[in-house]
Amino acid sequence: MGTTVNKLLSEKSIKELNRLKGLYPVRKSVVLMVLHVIYDQFGYIQPEALKEAAGIMEIPLIDFHQAASFYTMFPREAVGKYHIQVCRTLSCELRGSQELVAFLKEKLEIDMGGITSDSMFSLTEVECLGSCGTAPMMQINDTYYENLTRARVEQILDDLRSKSGNG
Amino acid sequence: MADFEKILFKNIDFPDQDKIDIYIKNGGYNALRKALDSMSPESVTEEVIKSGLRGRGGAGFPTGRKWTFLPKDSKRPVYLTVNADESEPGTFKDRELIEKDPHLVIEGTLLAAYAIKCGQAYIYIRGEFAFGARQLNKAIEEARAKGFLGKNILGKGVDIEIIVHRGGGAYICGEETALLTSLEGNQGYPRVKPPFPAISGLYSAPTIINNVETLSNIPYIINKGAEKFSAFGTAKSPGTKIFCLSGHINKPGNYELPMGIPLRELLYEYGGGIKDGRNLKAVIPGGSSVPLLTADKVDVRMDFESLAEAGTMLGSAGVIVIDETVCMVRAAYNLARFYQHESCGQCTPCRQGTYWILAILERIERGRGSLKDLDKLLEICENIEGNTICPLGDAATPSVKSTIHHFRDEYEYHITEQKCKVSMGPRFE
Repeated sequence: MGTTVNKLLSEKSIKELNRLKGLYPVRKSVVLMVLHVIYDQFGYIQPEALKEAAGIMEIPLIDFHQAASFYTMFPREAVGKYHIQVCRTLSCELRGSQELVAFLKEKLEIDMGGITSDSMFSLTEVECLGSCGTAPMMQINDTYYENLTRARVEQILDDLRSKSGNG
Repeated sequence: MADFEKILFKNIDFPDQDKIDIYIKNGGYNALRKALDSMSPESVTEEVIKSGLRGRGGAGFPTGRKWTFLPKDSKRPVYLTVNADESEPGTFKDRELIEKDPHLVIEGTLLAAYAIKCGQAYIYIRGEFAFGARQLNKAIEEARAKGFLGKNILGKGVDIEIIVHRGGGAYICGEETALLTSLEGNQGYPRVKPPFPAISGLYSAPTIINNVETLSNIPYIINKGAEKFSAFGTAKSPGTKIFCLSGHINKPGNYELPMGIPLRELLYEYGGGIKDGRNLKAVIPGGSSVPLLTADKVDVRMDFESLAEAGTMLGSAGVIVIDETVCMVRAAYNLARFYQHESCGQCTPCRQGTYWILAILERIERGRGSLKDLDKLLEICENIEGNTICPLGDAATPSVKSTIHHFRDEYEYHITEQKCKVSMGPRFE
């Protein structure tokens, strides 16, 4: 009835959704791009925000859920503020990705799939990220960190911690 | 070292090459201007056919010939889809082109769209390449502002739009029909061919799908002519190729070299040899989906025909270097895990086959395998191959079969001794 309740989507997200509207000859094509908008704002597919977006796009909610269950890059539950994804496929494993994972577990004091108690970091392993020549590597949110060494990983974690004011 | 001219990486490390003014200063958009000024779409296609350019995504199909498969005078719009869903393990060439020289990708896309009379092109980029997507979108806006893209390009009455579409982290969407299904907003399941995309592709309209590296060759071909292009490489695999070196090599990275360069030269002269002075054990020459070559085969030439003769494939030219300390059972397990994870599950042989391959390899890895498992693995591979809609199933078997074929002793050792025959040791510094 014109009254807005609990709007979760940011102005930036709504602006992007409006840009996407009508961009494709077939409306449903936009589904993945909308999931990216939600992911960019929340770091995961926030269900209430997704509902809002589906309403704005005039696309059935189920279409988004179907896509989100198929495409692995969108977490469906809240992850850490910094979501760490370590590539585990062959070229990275040859350059020590298993040790990188062990090192991260030790530094963050969490297991694979876990979140630190302050919700700052979450850790997961993923398949090939197309960064094989700069292995081992990890992706944190949408940034690639490549040619990793123990010293560099420590530096990255420290930088992210202090960026969040918890340093 | 090979004597040739770089086509793709000529300006890759030029400062600010991703900005349109620098791209133009380095000769950029001259090919588009030339084509719109003096060439018909048909003559652009003709030039690409003459060049002998073959698709760089893995299959190696002649690019110009692919374009001629479109129906003449289609009443439906024709679409161009650029495959930037680079996900084949060991491959990272398109990413470098996109991130560092995005206008080259855009100019190649515009030329291809002009040739096939397409007004709407899509670049389907894998979701994780967020920076690449930003680079492409920035390039598109710069090109639009200069009149190279959009309505009435360069005042010649040609309209071409490009949309950058981001994927969601599914290897399967690099398969061309899955890519189209995904671009339509669905779960990325491959489709049965025929009909081929050229007849019924995106939105059931005629569609051409080309790889990023493939299209990045087109500006050179139009600028310098087909003959100049085909002067490099071999008769059947003309031009240059970006070889992606990864694994146990001193200087990993992308190397643009003429097709047909000996693998030995690539590894030892360009790649600086095997890391830490160890001995070479095996090379996977064309991305994780092709059979490996053992160390004694490094004199093979890196082109479509020579690698086929050697029993493997050029594929995406993702060259994964494996040294003597690697347990080949573990390597096979690693890739089996990848294919099991990425199988879309549509076809039973692939869904079940990749599952059982992984389960058996895991069992052997844990020291609970039996010698009968080796024949069982080969039998599963046979039951997958040729029995699926798309090539993912066929891509999952070469790593299993070629490791068993060449390193059966390591499997047997694993099974009888319940441990690896060799151990890689710490590699993370």
